[in-house]
Amino acid sequence: MIPDGALPPEVTAVNGPFWAGSAAGELRLQRCSSCGTVRHPAAQRCPACLSPDYRWEAMSGDAVLWSWTVLHRAPVPAYAGRVPYLVAYVRLREGPYMITHLRGDLTELSVGMPLRIVFEPAGADRAVPVAAVVQ
Amino acid sequence: MSEREVAVVGVGQSDFGALFADRSTQRDAAALAVDALAEALQDAGLKATDVDGLLTARVGYEAVANAAGLHGLRLVNGFDGSGRMSGLAVHQAAMAIRSGEVDTVALAYGTNARSAQVDFSAAYADSTAQLDAIYGMASPGAYTAMMFQHYCQLYGADEDCLMPVALNNRRHAALNPRAALRRPLDAQGYLDSPRLAAPLRLPDYCVVADGGVALVLTTLERAADLPHRPVSIAASAVRADVRPNYVNQDLYHSACQDIAARLRARTGLAPEDVDCLQVYDNFTPIVLFALEGFGHADRGTAWQWVRDHQLGFDGSRPLNTSGGHTGEGYLQGWALHVEAVRQIRGQGGERQVPNCDVVQYMCASPVSSSHVLVGR
Repeated sequence: MIPDGALPPEVTAVNGPFWAGSAAGELRLQRCSSCGTVRHPAAQRCPACLSPDYRWEAMSGDAVLWSWTVLHRAPVPAYAGRVPYLVAYVRLREGPYMITHLRGDLTELSVGMPLRIVFEPAGADRAVPVAAVVQ
Repeated sequence: MSEREVAVVGVGQSDFGALFADRSTQRDAAALAVDALAEALQDAGLKATDVDGLLTARVGYEAVANAAGLHGLRLVNGFDGSGRMSGLAVHQAAMAIRSGEVDTVALAYGTNARSAQVDFSAAYADSTAQLDAIYGMASPGAYTAMMFQHYCQLYGADEDCLMPVALNNRRHAALNPRAALRRPLDAQGYLDSPRLAAPLRLPDYCVVADGGVALVLTTLERAADLPHRPVSIAASAVRADVRPNYVNQDLYHSACQDIAARLRARTGLAPEDVDCLQVYDNFTPIVLFALEGFGHADRGTAWQWVRDHQLGFDGSRPLNTSGGHTGEGYLQGWALHVEAVRQIRGQGGERQVPNCDVVQYMCASPVSSSHVLVGR
């Protein structure tokens, strides 16, 4: 569960499709129309070739675990009552990395373990991606 | 005409321990920087009128130039308050002197991070900051914990392998009369310390401090007429690889390797030629990444290197002899430069490395940097 108060950022013209995708249960990221690089977070231009042209695409939802930490002191106030809690850094099959939470059996974590992006509600009317351990 | 050589001729610093002990009032960071600069100029045997370049960090150049009476400057800039800027500022000062555009550059840094209770967890302009906060993630220490966890997994390192680095810093800080944390720490104390971002424990984190630090650089030729043994900057180099957040998936390795190759080409010095290491250590895992990146340990082995090599004064390359950021205090790389100079001058007192002629400063970070300092 994402705690109350840990609200996703405001929806803007640039990031709108990412959040619409999350609400629809789909991880949508920008792919550069010029060089094909997938990027995250949302940005006006491709960091690989600087092209301003892109399209939003649904990602596979496949990811692997890159690393994790267990926070015993919360650097984000909304999480003060949650310590200790685990935060993960995952690599999407399409390339980008993201910070997220893990769901499922977390007793034996390892770098490279397969994950699947799923969605959870956040706040009143938003959803955010988290990563479920693939059994 | 051959390129001019550059030397550090003056150093100044606050008593970090005294400032650490009293946090009753919020201090003026620029005033601390100016105090350190006055000391550095006196140490160098130079006057404000000798200075034709000023670089400041964390404090504005305007405040320092006005307070110290620095006029007619040919080089001036204020770097931001991140620790990665110290190596970059020294590098830029050295380049400017080598070019002939300036002769004598003052570098002044000041921080009131402790007395102003600065929150470093959100101090950086990460493009993922808002997204990461949804998951309760922020702070360089937590991202560094992730890099370290990855490192442990990749190379089979034990998560307690940072202990020698943490204890070494605290041992050295106890010998430094101006260190923030002079209280010794033993193995049991380390293991019993609370976790912050696991696997990191409290003694793996830098100690936020107040203080000022200043350096004065000039040509090696001019340094010959000044009071102290000239400490030449034999080579310096920088490489920036910034990412959307503090995690660098390569653990800064390729950036540091690139810098190390350039330093070696310019100096002809190999890692084993270095007498003493000053390693940027906002968090102890960064020491492992730097030792590997700059070629002191093979990749994936620094966690064993810090266990098997003596990091203290009886070792082959004593490391962070003034206590580093986890003992002396988080002066963001600046005080490590001062310690490098003192070691080469033989002013280390109880913590002097015998026959110290070559010191390397190393910083593995989003802007990595390194200098090789050689006594002349």
